[in-house]
Amino acid sequence: MYKILEKQVLSDVTKLMVIEAPHVAKKAKAGQFIIVKIDEQGERIPLTIADYDSNAGTITIIFQEVGQSTMHLGTLEPGDMLATFAGPLGHPTEIENFGTVVCVGGGVGIAPVYPIARALKQAGNTVISIIGARSKDLLFWEDKMRSVSDEFHVCTDDGSHGRKCLVTDPLKEILEARKGSVAKVWAIGPAIMMKFVTLATKPFNVPTIVSLNTIMIDGTGMCGGCRVLLDEGAKFVCVDGPEFDGHKVDWTSLLSRLQYYREEEHAAIEHWKHHCNLEKAITDGGK
Amino acid sequence: MAKLDPKERMKIPRQPMPNQDAVIRSGNFEEVALGYTEETMRKEAERCLQCKKPACVEGCPVGVLIPQFILALREGNMTKAVEAMKVKNNLPAICGRVCPQEVQCEGKCIVGKKGEPVAIGRLERYVGDFELAHRTCPLAAAPATGKKIAVVGTGPAGLTCAVDMAREGHKVTMFESLHGAGGVLVYGIPEFRLPKGVVFGEINYAVDCLGIDIKTDHVVGRSVSLNELLGEYDAVFLGTGAGLPSFMRIPGINLNGVMSANEFLTRVNLMKGYLFPEYSTPVKTGKRVAVVGAGNVAMDAARCSARMQALQAKQTNGDKGEVHIVYRRSKDEIPARGEEVHHAEEEGIIFDLLTNPIEILGDSTGKVVGIRCIRMELGEPDASGRRKPVAIEGSEFEMEMDTVIMALGTSPNPLVFVDADGLERTKYGTAVADTTTGRTRKQRVWAGGDVVTGAATVISAMGAGKRAAADMHKFLKGEAPW
Ligand SMILES: Cc1cc2nc3c(=O)[nH]c(=O)nc-3n(C[C@H](O)[C@H](O)[C@H](O)COP(=O)(O)OP(=O)(O)OC[C@H]3O[C@@H](n4cnc5c(N)ncnc54)[C@H](O)[C@@H]3O)c2cc1C
Ligand SMILES: Cc1cc2nc3c(=O)[nH]c(=O)nc-3n(C[C@H](O)[C@H](O)[C@H](O)COP(=O)(O)OP(=O)(O)OC[C@H]3O[C@@H](n4cnc5c(N)ncnc54)[C@H](O)[C@@H]3O)c2cc1C
Ligand code: SF4
Ligand code: SF4
Ligand code: FES
Repeated sequence: MYKILEKQVLSDVTKLMVIEAPHVAKKAKAGQFIIVKIDEQGERIPLTIADYDSNAGTITIIFQEVGQSTMHLGTLEPGDMLATFAGPLGHPTEIENFGTVVCVGGGVGIAPVYPIARALKQAGNTVISIIGARSKDLLFWEDKMRSVSDEFHVCTDDGSHGRKCLVTDPLKEILEARKGSVAKVWAIGPAIMMKFVTLATKPFNVPTIVSLNTIMIDGTGMCGGCRVLLDEGAKFVCVDGPEFDGHKVDWTSLLSRLQYYREEEHAAIEHWKHHCNLEKAITDGGK
Repeated sequence: MAKLDPKERMKIPRQPMPNQDAVIRSGNFEEVALGYTEETMRKEAERCLQCKKPACVEGCPVGVLIPQFILALREGNMTKAVEAMKVKNNLPAICGRVCPQEVQCEGKCIVGKKGEPVAIGRLERYVGDFELAHRTCPLAAAPATGKKIAVVGTGPAGLTCAVDMAREGHKVTMFESLHGAGGVLVYGIPEFRLPKGVVFGEINYAVDCLGIDIKTDHVVGRSVSLNELLGEYDAVFLGTGAGLPSFMRIPGINLNGVMSANEFLTRVNLMKGYLFPEYSTPVKTGKRVAVVGAGNVAMDAARCSARMQALQAKQTNGDKGEVHIVYRRSKDEIPARGEEVHHAEEEGIIFDLLTNPIEILGDSTGKVVGIRCIRMELGEPDASGRRKPVAIEGSEFEMEMDTVIMALGTSPNPLVFVDADGLERTKYGTAVADTTTGRTRKQRVWAGGDVVTGAATVISAMGAGKRAAADMHKFLKGEAPW
């Protein structure tokens, strides 16, 4: 069992937790992820390692409540236990001094892009960051991102904060203005955002790394459920990734695979909410 | 029973195994084969001729003392039967249920030359179940030696090695990447064929009686590497199995509705998807399922699909649907256990033999709608001695399907080879290890089971775990230097 040590509410639907997991913290690196399962009945879901402290033996995760598992996780509090916490999984990000790089973080993707931007900055790169979300209340870590960036842009879809635009707008301007000098782009966020980032960088031929968030079970290469089609054939995101050359990804297939369990996900939420309400009714009634 | 002569023994018919009714059982996940009663067990035991040179033993990969344990059963001496069994086989309740007996022990039994062989597997299961029901930590461990052993993987190979080493007094720690121990016995083989309680009985014995520590959620090669384990432990056994699924190289493989048997079975068994939404992991089983392949894995996937369809039909008051096994060779070449094929047929699984998929067809949303197949015929025998299937030109046809499950064989997961310099691998990805001692090319590292042989059987994995433990123990005592 793994103890939740700390919890922060970053936005209505985005939460941060610090988990006690020395076996993961000892080896964790930026770009890797863990698999968490809340309890006996829970499903195994992947979450990126947003930060880690090997001395304290802790891992920081940040998650957006999009379905039953993440909603359930969001209700837990410091002191509560998680049944499974496996990792670190996947390959770490390859950090070098590339020159000028752009880091794009969309929504909850801001969390995993931050340690990458920080490491790139420490390695001597000129770091340009773009973060974006649907609206102001979904943004977080603006200050942290700014502190590791040489140039910084904030966008919201509805204009409630920063510029009213999509992350691809400032990205295109930067690529245009600095033609030939941007060495690499990182993009982490919803699959659809990553797809459009790769479409934006393609004409400029700038290598673009994306971190794919496919559906997973084991996270160790055993099921193949996480497979993604690249130009060279199918790869397993959990062991071959999670980072890939975004220009090689078959986005249509990836996006459709993310939708496959949609009906079941709704059923799971309904069941869980019903259960929660029942429990609440019982405890409230007892008061 | 009075003493019988061989002729009389040969006249006793093979005692049938009582099974759950086919119609009822294809709608639930409870065990199919119900086990012998004491009476049928005694009758079956009487059929053994107690051969001086028992051929059955040669057929068993670990050489179980078959006539001895059967004689003890016949005499009603259960303690002796368990003792005789345990000399070679730690897990009789498991092997009795899942060994491919017809090509191993029973395949060689002399009684089988004229009629049906002695039901060695069913008798073995009886011994195992008795032992599980009555176990009270009988075999205490030897005094502590102060040596520390790491066992990677908690499947039958790892469990056997761990238990044998712990009995010798060594301190054993097991590492498992998943959240539960048991390997394929838990995530692959379904409840209706091998109840998880049987496997947990063995695991509890290891933990409670022998003090073995099991560290789940530890992925060796990621959480900790083999080289790091060697810094902390005196010896390491690798029993990481062959869990990496393969997919056919045909168009449409990434469509929604195509999955590996490992994914499907893991969702159903390990994650208890059949209890969704009580359990959060969903399983999607369509109305028309094609399972490609005909090994044990394929039979399990097909029979789980049929059960999932029945559960869904009950919930929606709809019809059940169909499950097809699509296999490119003929019935004679089917590699699955005979009993499983028989059970699958009884449960209404449709066998499309001499048929090979060449394309998976999808709709505009990326979902499977069918498969395109080609008919096959058997040609000359290939390297494996089996007749090679050859496509019949112009025989392509399409079948409507909404789910395609690939059960095409697996290879070892490469993660354990990360930061493990000197641990040699074959071109098939299996670890190189000596067949009699289990020693790899890396000092103080042993390996056995599917990680060495590629996908094989439970009993061969156990045998390898046992041989490696014996050699490891000798090495640690200084009797067999590296
Ligand atoms: C390597 C990896 C790292 C990840 N890291 C993080 C992380 O750090 N933080 C985080 O919040 N999530 C992360 N994800 C995604 C996360 O695993 C999923 O959001 C989670 O599994 C959803 O589970 P659920 O039961 O709550 O929702 P589900 O019921 O499974 O999904 C609910 C709905 O949300 C949609 N959905 C699923 N995943 C996403 C997604 N990633 N973005 C937008 N919509 C989605 C589904 O299509 C579905 O309609 C990561 C995924 C991978 C593969
Ligand atoms: C669906 C199915 C049905 C089968 N039916 C039969 C049958 O009827 N009869 C029969 O005899 N055989 C059957 N088999 C084959 C049999 O189950 C295997 O041959 C046997 O389980 C192999 O045992 P093992 O100990 O080598 O490996 P496994 O049972 O595969 O166990 C390996 C364990 O190691 C873990 N692991 C892997 N990598 C790592 C790592 N890096 N770090 C930590 N842990 C790791 C895995 O999670 C797993 O728990 C079947 C197999 C399947 C898949
Ligand atoms: S272990 Fe398997 S092959 Fe050996 S005797 Fe028992 S059932 Fe037969
Ligand atoms: S070969 Fe058959 S009859 Fe002979 S000892 Fe073995 S089980 Fe008994
Ligand atoms: S999650 Fe199972 S293989 Fe990647």
